[in-house]
Amino acid sequence: MLKNLVYSALFAGLAAGVIVAALTILLLVPLLLEAELYETGRLVHFGNVTAVTPDIEVEHDWARNGMTALFAATIYIGFAFVMVAAMAFAQEKGVRVTTRSGIFWGLAGFAAFQLAPAAGMAPELPGMIAAEITARQTWLVGTIAATAAGILAVVFGKNWIHWGVGLAVLAAPHIIGAPHPEVFGGTVPPELAAEFAGRSLAVGAVGWIAAGVLSAYFWLLENR
Amino acid sequence: MTTTTQTAVKSNTNLVSIAFVAFMGLSALFIAGFASSATLHDTAHDMRHAIGFACH
Repeated sequence: MLKNLVYSALFAGLAAGVIVAALTILLLVPLLLEAELYETGRLVHFGNVTAVTPDIEVEHDWARNGMTALFAATIYIGFAFVMVAAMAFAQEKGVRVTTRSGIFWGLAGFAAFQLAPAAGMAPELPGMIAAEITARQTWLVGTIAATAAGILAVVFGKNWIHWGVGLAVLAAPHIIGAPHPEVFGGTVPPELAAEFAGRSLAVGAVGWIAAGVLSAYFWLLENR
Repeated sequence: MTTTTQTAVKSNTNLVSIAFVAFMGLSALFIAGFASSATLHDTAHDMRHAIGFACH
């Protein structure tokens, strides 16, 4: 059991991590590098003056991208360990797991780890103003836990009490509210920040669906 | 009787394995996503931003 769990999670996480590393380096890192030009003051923009969009070719730092790829793999292996554990637990409880249902497991993971947190705190670029780090991390961890628990209660609940509690737990972090900065004044143009937030959620959705499908695939393969 | 006991023991072992694997996954996520070590922050920086985890 333990061997099957570990191997399937490792393979699934590594494969999804490679996909996410490629998408991150291609779509997200250029925006991070551009934002850093504003963060360090090499570029400036002014809210009220129409600035010409600077024609910037950011240069990739491949040592830095290597670390990004390494952590993409680490993070997705972490996601896959949690996912495979959840799938195995569901199976113990009589739920049938298929590669196709892996899509929905992946979407649930995406909702818990990225979409619900983003509803309170949008993915940020360097150089943006945000609330104090500990408060944000606390809200983030609480939101991930509450969303995961809420989804489980709604999906696997059997009566209105389960569904009602599940919905309440899903809503709770957003009723409490995410910590926000007291002042605005980020150095990054809002256009760039919005583009990053949208893209990072899209990359997350692709990565999580891949992680869900691959976790189910390797888990079923190891248990064949 | 023996069969029931064996099934119960196997199921418990399974649950322990599942909990252990979930714990390993969460530990990896904590280190990569949250730990405040300067080295970890700098190297994991772009991925932390990419997945929308609070960074600095």
